[in-house]
Amino acid sequence: MTYGEVPWQQQAWDWRAAGNFMAGGAGSGLIVFAALSTLAGRPAPAQFACGAVLVSLGLFCVWLEIGRPLRALHVFFHPGKSWMSREAFVAAALLPCALAAALGIAFAAPLAGVLALAFVYSQARILEASRGIPAWREPRIVPLVVTTGLAEGGGMFMLSSLAHGPGGVALAFLAAALVLARWLLWRRYRGVLVAPARALNQLDGMARWLLWVGTLGPLALIGAGLAVAFLFAAPDAGASDSGIQAITAALGGAGALLAGAWFKFILITRAAFNQGFAIQRLPVRGVRRAAP
Amino acid sequence: MTRWAMVADLRRCVGCQTCTASCRHTNATPPGVQWRRVLDLEFGEYPDVQRVFVPTGCQHCEDPPCMEVCPSTATKKRPDGIVTIDYDLCIGCAYCSVACPYQARYKTDRASFAFGDPMKNESERHDPSRLAVSTKCTFCVDRIDAGTAKGLTPGIDPEATPACVNACIAEALAFGDIEDPASNVSQLLAENQHFRMHEELGTGPGFFYLWDKVEGSEAASAPPAAPLP
Repeated sequence: MTYGEVPWQQQAWDWRAAGNFMAGGAGSGLIVFAALSTLAGRPAPAQFACGAVLVSLGLFCVWLEIGRPLRALHVFFHPGKSWMSREAFVAAALLPCALAAALGIAFAAPLAGVLALAFVYSQARILEASRGIPAWREPRIVPLVVTTGLAEGGGMFMLSSLAHGPGGVALAFLAAALVLARWLLWRRYRGVLVAPARALNQLDGMARWLLWVGTLGPLALIGAGLAVAFLFAAPDAGASDSGIQAITAALGGAGALLAGAWFKFILITRAAFNQGFAIQRLPVRGVRRAAP
Repeated sequence: MTRWAMVADLRRCVGCQTCTASCRHTNATPPGVQWRRVLDLEFGEYPDVQRVFVPTGCQHCEDPPCMEVCPSTATKKRPDGIVTIDYDLCIGCAYCSVACPYQARYKTDRASFAFGDPMKNESERHDPSRLAVSTKCTFCVDRIDAGTAKGLTPGIDPEATPACVNACIAEALAFGDIEDPASNVSQLLAENQHFRMHEELGTGPGFFYLWDKVEGSEAASAPPAAPLP
């Protein structure tokens, strides 16, 4: 027997490709949150810079993966159809914008937020266009991956509250909503997914983490932080209340971030089974056989 | 218009892998790289089992997903339907590999030879431009182009025909223009029931599998063949 009809895990993309989806998704999500925070009157230069570094790190992972790194600029040759080219073009605009926003240039912040959305959307479409991998080509992967990136970004933004203080009630609500939306979109995606059993097993094993570490935990922690914020909203509330809120938000954010990254790592490196080979009919040789 | 296509008669293929060897010899592919692969599949349970040999490889799709995703435009489709790769443009990102539903693409990062050190023929035919980039079956496009330039007919004249088809000992493989109703492959498709692999994905493969005579023919008056379990 050679390969047989049994699907197998693709070997073309490994942790380096997964790194692009993990770091790039979280980085672009963080830039979106930084842009929203800036628009809400709380500038977030460090978050812009951190997001840009993460997106760059993801692209560096891709650069490590490609066979001909000195030809990397050829990635820009097919923006008309290839989502990988489009991702590269968006990244080329996103990185300077995010850095400009980090330097405090006002108009760059909303622009960076929009470009970050386009970046994470491009990443989702890259997966959807991979028709050789059943777990990726399912169209419901697109909102799931976009929401995962945003939830990771929200998680990182909450995490950054340890250093910069709480980022605001509205953004905490948004992060919690994204975490919840991610779980609902995961259920929606999983409900229709047709993929090899081994791929589904990998995804179902990951789903426990996504539920407990990535959804229920962050919701409880961010909710607790918000409750503290409301309960102790009195004018004499001390720094300790804001400290509790920052810690719970950070823990919840870390859960949202880690679960999202784990989901994408599994999706790329463990659940990316192809569909193998299949023939619709058996050849008719010799004496004909009756259908069962 | 011309569209070159391959036809594999599953009733005839005996799994001898001569096509695979011929392809490797013609295209000097390294160990482990089989642009023309023959699957050895078993179906059913003892004692009612069937063994089927399925030649496969790049299907030269009508709507190739590999071409759509390629960020460097290295993968192209010619007007005659042959999907090609420009090794000087390819960046080796392997996006085409995950986009191909037929596992037809290979990427070899380092030179490898059958016995470690290259033999004389391997040294002479080693092509560094094919390292770290995507490679796949070309339908022996250079043979087709050279043959048609001489007025030869691919699929009929061996000099203009893919090496795997020439080598097939059972005449299980046929090659020709499916847009020409009088061509050998059009005749085979008209006379036989056929399918294409993973057709539900909408890629429009240019690789057809014959499995029985058409309905109404003498052979098809017997009970129908069993579908796959």
